[in-house]
Amino acid sequence: MLEIHGLDVHYDGVHALRGLSLTVAKGEIVALLGNNGAGKTTTLAAASGLVRPSAGKIVFDGKDITREKPHKITASGLVHVPEGRKIFSTLTVHENLQLGGYLIRDQAEIRRRIERVYELLPRLAERRGQHGGTLSGGEQQMLAIGRALVTGPSLLLLDEPSMGLAPLVVASVMELIAGINADGTSVLLVEQNATVALKIANRGYVIENGECVLDGPAAELREDARVVEAYLGGVRRNGGT
Amino acid sequence: MTQLVWNGLFVGSFYALVALGYSMVYGIIKLLNFAHGDLYMLGAFVGFAILGAVGGVSPSMALPLLLVVLLATMVVTGLAGVALERIAYRPLRRAPRLSLLITAVGASFALEYGMRAVAGADPQVYPVRLGGTAMEVLGARLTLQQLVLMGVAVVLMIALNLLVTRTREGRAMRAIALDPRTSALMGINVNSVISRTFFVGSALAGAAGVMAGAYYGKIDFMMGFLIGLKAFTAAVIGGIGNIPGTMLGGLLLGLLESFGTYWLGGEWRDVFAFGVLILFLTVRPTGLLGERVTERV
Repeated sequence: MLEIHGLDVHYDGVHALRGLSLTVAKGEIVALLGNNGAGKTTTLAAASGLVRPSAGKIVFDGKDITREKPHKITASGLVHVPEGRKIFSTLTVHENLQLGGYLIRDQAEIRRRIERVYELLPRLAERRGQHGGTLSGGEQQMLAIGRALVTGPSLLLLDEPSMGLAPLVVASVMELIAGINADGTSVLLVEQNATVALKIANRGYVIENGECVLDGPAAELREDARVVEAYLGGVRRNGGT
Repeated sequence: MTQLVWNGLFVGSFYALVALGYSMVYGIIKLLNFAHGDLYMLGAFVGFAILGAVGGVSPSMALPLLLVVLLATMVVTGLAGVALERIAYRPLRRAPRLSLLITAVGASFALEYGMRAVAGADPQVYPVRLGGTAMEVLGARLTLQQLVLMGVAVVLMIALNLLVTRTREGRAMRAIALDPRTSALMGINVNSVISRTFFVGSALAGAAGVMAGAYYGKIDFMMGFLIGLKAFTAAVIGGIGNIPGTMLGGLLLGLLESFGTYWLGGEWRDVFAFGVLILFLTVRPTGLLGERVTERV
């Protein structure tokens, strides 16, 4: 469903990605792991059209989207939930969700989808009239994912949904992601918290300095000595262990 | 007293119409569009040209004709605003803010002296003057034409506010004002929403230009300069980027000028207006209704 071949990205004088390749098959959750600055966010930004690759190819649903504009990529069903949630802070929760349905012309369909999000995430329904910026971090993450669900993605790109959240909240976010996947949406999940990501993922890639250094089924990565040492070791990380 | 209030509200509604375009553009791309007042001037001249082409009409038809001309002019100045953004501002979207500002000043001169080259330096007399007998309301003298013009201004402002707060397009505008990158991820074509914002803002300025032409009767190529600055002042008073705040700022500035002129004399009018601008920029730069950002990161 998503194929990235030999992707190179330069920006601000930084060679952020060096020949990165990865695939996400239909129905999968794929984890993209790595440290800060490894190129995880850049990979997602390139896939959703926010940054232009200098070389390589990105194919989504059989279509070359390497140089496509972000709004067109979203329209084709690849929806990116950016790092730091990026809630529209002075718009209400409800308006944020309505923006997720920007491309849908049928008003009744937008309402149906928003109602479904409210059923799934009742906290958002309680806060529908509040400004997005007043929500807690966990609620903002839920809103960011809910907003993407209103868009109706076939592939969801999630950038560090666990960032800055308490362990219990992280668990419920991961549960939400697993549930969305069970309903048929493929997921590319960027995480620094490898433990929680590999719990729900089918496969994973580990990247360092813009290159893929390791990939395989999630169960194998969980056992791999290099992963354990670098990402699952005794060091306490943001939001997890 | 009521006369002063009425005069203030009347002039203030012109200021508000022009200030709205200023404020919308600032809100969405954080650009102080110094050429905005010149779109008002362009509107006055476009209306002048259309009226001249139509020829003389009987006084009873003046008002309906003026409303038609108003709509046509709004389309023309709206498109001029779109062209201005496309040619002068979009190529600089990622450039430092100062480059954009200087370009806006340049665009302002280009419009002013472009119009001077086309229409000449002498003031033109508007072919349609809305005559009308004054009537007495609560001790203030006002004319039917004033009432109609103000009515049009109020209708346009209400329509704009509904557009921004209630519609999909307005939500997209507010989203882009906050975060253009994330807006694109929502599937919003950011460039075309910015173009349409320029269209709406410039159309309002054009409408105000025609109204000013028909009301004051005289237009010239520099007429947009002062009103541009006044509109900026109005926007700052109310809270630049905030639509209801900008309308309020326009009306307040009109009232301030009206009362200030009465107490201090006409020659102090602009001093008064810009004194208020400086006061606000120093004491309360976010304006009366400027956004209080409630954010948890």
